[in-house]
Amino acid sequence: MIAPVEPRSHTLEMPFAAGRSFLKVDRISKSFSRGSATTEVLREVSLGIEKGEFVSIIGHSGCGKSTLLNLVAGLTQVSHGAILLEDHEVNAPGPERAVVFQNHSLLPWLTVYENVALAVDKVFGSRKPRAERRAWVMHNLELVQMAHAKDKRPAEISGGMKQRVGIARALSMEPKVLLLDEPFGALDALTRAHLQDSVMQIHARLGNTVIMITHDVDEAVLLSDRIVMMTNGPAATIGEILDVQLPRPRRRLELVAHPIYLAMREAVLKFLYERHAQPALLAAE
Amino acid sequence: MSANANRPQLVVASGARLGASKPAPSVIVPLKRPKDSRWAFLRPMFVSWLTNILPPLIVLAAGLIVWELACSSPKSSLPAPSKIWTDSRDLIVDPFFVAGPQDIGLGLRVLTSLERVAIGFGLSAVAGVLLGALVGQSVWAMRGLDPIFQILRTVPPLAWLPISLAAFRDANPSAIFVIFITAIWPIIINTAVGIRNIPQDYRNVAAVLRLNPIEFFWRIMIPSAAPYIFTGLRIGIGLSWLAIVAAEMLTGGVGIGFFIWDAWNSSRLSDIVVALAYIGIVGFILDRIVAAVGHVATRGTQAS
Repeated sequence: MIAPVEPRSHTLEMPFAAGRSFLKVDRISKSFSRGSATTEVLREVSLGIEKGEFVSIIGHSGCGKSTLLNLVAGLTQVSHGAILLEDHEVNAPGPERAVVFQNHSLLPWLTVYENVALAVDKVFGSRKPRAERRAWVMHNLELVQMAHAKDKRPAEISGGMKQRVGIARALSMEPKVLLLDEPFGALDALTRAHLQDSVMQIHARLGNTVIMITHDVDEAVLLSDRIVMMTNGPAATIGEILDVQLPRPRRRLELVAHPIYLAMREAVLKFLYERHAQPALLAAE
Repeated sequence: MSANANRPQLVVASGARLGASKPAPSVIVPLKRPKDSRWAFLRPMFVSWLTNILPPLIVLAAGLIVWELACSSPKSSLPAPSKIWTDSRDLIVDPFFVAGPQDIGLGLRVLTSLERVAIGFGLSAVAGVLLGALVGQSVWAMRGLDPIFQILRTVPPLAWLPISLAAFRDANPSAIFVIFITAIWPIIINTAVGIRNIPQDYRNVAAVLRLNPIEFFWRIMIPSAAPYIFTGLRIGIGLSWLAIVAAEMLTGGVGIGFFIWDAWNSSRLSDIVVALAYIGIVGFILDRIVAAVGHVATRGTQAS
């Protein structure tokens, strides 16, 4: 199923040197079949992501953005095309593409520490001695400011804290790509802002490559280097890619009136609600 | 009790406030502490003990009185409680006496039966969880095995006994096998349901971490399915205890089941009644032990 990786110009792609991106999504399609009915969720999606880039994928619900993330994660298989990470085909899940799930997905029978330690022991069990792994778990918990709750179980901490631990677990695997699946979707606005700031700081410090699914326009503009806007499904594809040329470090309050910020915000909103309004919304008008 | 002691003081406080002519600011009236404050911590325990233990004791006493009255006539076919006490006092008072090879206390007999149950139930717990994990995890294993399990589980425990006697040619392993085959079905079925109900999120986490099947079994499957598994184990231990008595009646030996059969053959009805009480109490304790272990083991497995 390895598609040829020849240099290929695509109107929606950034121009890449010889088409060799750090992560390359090459003309992938994905169909789900239930019985005789087949639904094409994604059609001919191509995208290249450079190392250290923060890319958001935004679109209406049902546009297949979560499917795209699951494909990159390897949790589902592509129907056509290929996904290449550092020129290796992605066809199974693995810790080098760590996922932060929307509903945190911490194991409730393990403490915060043990949840992260499970990942660290699995990924580094053979390479690092025990004391070093322990220090690494604590380091990652400190990174998300959760070291104080290391002995608590997920049921005993708030939703925002759980998501922080989920991020710590993903970071602790030292992934090549960090995949965030609507990580703040279930949180209240204030908690969400705190976590967005944390993610920004971590990204600035570690320089991770990040793909984030979101349906929040402000979140996408605030965090991303590029915003990938999806058309509506079925057979969704990339409608437009927006370069967010805001200087970093970005500060939430300074951006509120920043002309580029406002322009970006407007561009995304126009894409989502004018040109690719949800069919249901159009019908309601 | 403390509420009764405090109520008059509350009335006084509110009465004083009502009687005042000017609108006095609401005052916090300190309630007098009960005098015996040193033992106050015992009070809730005592109250809960009273509310939980007293009703069954009353019912038990009433039952014994009715029974005594119903069986008091000399022509009665069943012994009255007073007669049981005079006939079988040695069995009631001392569970662990040894007066000869076949004349031992009921506690010792129960221990023999429990040993068989422990082996049979232990084996069925291990095999049941493994088979249940297989059936719950693999669609093809479920399609192949589930219908057979559903048929086999309806076979009454004792129907297995002749077959197992023929296979093992010895009473003790046969009884253990009957326990095993009786207890295993609810364990398999509940485990399989628990495995099937593992949230996809946990499977995704395991997939991203690349847990191998053994790690997945221990780190995800068992903890996640633990509440279901323990439900199965609890049903299983109850069924084992039901089956052991019947099996021992037929296989003989030292167990509590054979004791009942032996007492029936020698017309010692009072001994049978005492043995029934033993069996009931031990069965109750077994159930509570498994429930308590399950309670401790499944702490924190409820997703939030």
